[in-house]
Amino acid sequence: MTLLTRRKLLNFIVLTLSGMAAVLGLFMLSWILGDVAWKGFSSINWDFFTQLPAPPGVQGGGLVNAIIGTLLMTGTAACIAVPFGMMSGTYLAEFGKNNLVGHLIRFLADILVSAPSIVIGVFVYLVLVKPMHNFSGWAGAVSLAIIMLPVVSRTTEEMLRLVPPEIREAALALGSPYWKMTFVIIYRSASSGIATGVMLAVARVAGETAPLLFTALNSPYWMHGMNEPMANLTVVLFNYAMSPYDDWHRLAWGAAFLITMTVLAVNVFARIMLRAKRRMS
Amino acid sequence: MCRSSVCISINWLEEDLRLVSTGRRPHLELMQRMNMNKNKIWGDLVFRGLTAAFASGIALIFIAIILVLWQQSQPSITKFGFSFLTSMSWNPVQEHFGALIPIVGTLLSTFLALVFAIPLSLGIALFLAELAPHWLRAPFGTAIELLAAIPSIVYGMWGLFVLGPLMADYVQPFLKKTLGFLPFFSGPSMGIGMLTAGLVLTLMIIPFISSVTRDVFLMVPQPLKEAAYGLGCTTWEVVRDIMIPYGRKGIAGAIFLGMGRALGETMAVTFVIGNAYHLSWSLFSPGNSIASTLANEFTEADGTIYLSSLIELGLVLFLITLIILSLAQIWLRRSQTGRT
Repeated sequence: MTLLTRRKLLNFIVLTLSGMAAVLGLFMLSWILGDVAWKGFSSINWDFFTQLPAPPGVQGGGLVNAIIGTLLMTGTAACIAVPFGMMSGTYLAEFGKNNLVGHLIRFLADILVSAPSIVIGVFVYLVLVKPMHNFSGWAGAVSLAIIMLPVVSRTTEEMLRLVPPEIREAALALGSPYWKMTFVIIYRSASSGIATGVMLAVARVAGETAPLLFTALNSPYWMHGMNEPMANLTVVLFNYAMSPYDDWHRLAWGAAFLITMTVLAVNVFARIMLRAKRRMS
Repeated sequence: MCRSSVCISINWLEEDLRLVSTGRRPHLELMQRMNMNKNKIWGDLVFRGLTAAFASGIALIFIAIILVLWQQSQPSITKFGFSFLTSMSWNPVQEHFGALIPIVGTLLSTFLALVFAIPLSLGIALFLAELAPHWLRAPFGTAIELLAAIPSIVYGMWGLFVLGPLMADYVQPFLKKTLGFLPFFSGPSMGIGMLTAGLVLTLMIIPFISSVTRDVFLMVPQPLKEAAYGLGCTTWEVVRDIMIPYGRKGIAGAIFLGMGRALGETMAVTFVIGNAYHLSWSLFSPGNSIASTLANEFTEADGTIYLSSLIELGLVLFLITLIILSLAQIWLRRSQTGRT
């Protein structure tokens, strides 16, 4: 074998392996999604969205309280984290571009994005649940908000930085103070990007389980407010999937289907929006 | 009031002069400051202060997490001291706790995940950056990134109900038949255990490593690659001698990012690791990780020592991931700015 054939052969082998890795990745994605869709779709029916959970052995039952609980807690978390994250993102983009504080906060935010979410759950348990002696929807919402916060703030920063300097200069040249320029001009031109980032962050925390395990806990009943243990889709999924009952497994697959499809739909939608925006500018 | 604003303007002017000398874009800041009257200065100072307060909130949360965990794990720290990290006993009845088994389980499952995920992710990144036809790159890249969007609990559930039985019925008997002389592939085929946890983690971190690595590959300047191709290099030689050396910091950062994710992953692991406190050479045997211990036992912990031992476990996990993720950030940042 000449050197050239050997090099070509090696090249061919590596390229084939690389292509196979890519096909394998795609295959796993479709395998998981296929299983979730196939097993989950059959358990989605009207009862699933309207009934309270049934005890094991009893036919039927749904997860309406968990669906509402997840929506409530995710919504509350967004209400806390979005203004907070947007303000800190504004600092990072406008004032903290090159100073030490900015670099430090950016660094910490990047670490918090990937930090183990279960530790956030332990932290919120110690700060909110233990002193107040009860698990609550508020505590769950706060732990989700802590997870959202660094994501929202980094996305806001990136989106604000995309706003062309000429727009800022034009506003400042007209005599606008910096804060007015930020609120009226910059936020508006970055709004669709920020909205996309917020959507992605919401989708991410909607699928979080670990931080809710010891904060919101779970409950088989209707909620009377955020001040009590609160059912949510992911923790219900965890408990039901770990249980020995087939009925509950069925509901767990239904919950998995609902969460996965919602999260993926938001992701795909956000990506399309971002791409459309990039094409415009 | 007047004096202070003058002082501020002078400080800002000095800053701007520095900016000019370093070649940044200073006229924006200059304009912003020169047209200010008194009211505007106060409004902007308040605005700047407010945003700074919110931004430092992130740092405060970070510090608070470490402080609170440290303070609340004091009972366990004073009782067990350093032996907490080296003891293998985890006994809630006798209130004696040692974290060695969860720590080893965390590290081992992460290690297994990295062994599988690194070559696969590099292959995927290479395919996306260099090999795939152009029309395929965007949809394929999106598909891989969507793997990262699937909630981790769905991975865990899939691992328990689909992958676990497959492992027990086919993969583990096969491994025992072919490689059974090694201690790693012995013991009963239960389906769940270290190996399965490692495989589920592999699936979870592939999208992180491969999408960051793809971006690193795409940053390699085209002329460098073209020069190598022009010399007659094959694609693999360009990758090995140009792209990987050029992007090695970024690739290291990507790997550490995936590692940080794998270390702290809770739900996917809790379903399939088996939750047993024992250490074995066999990868088929059930084990435990820090995160799965917390998920399973935290709400059931009664007694101060039990709870504070779990909190100390959480602290250990947070510190380990902190180190790994810091390394990831430092390398990723270096790969983006100056390169040597």
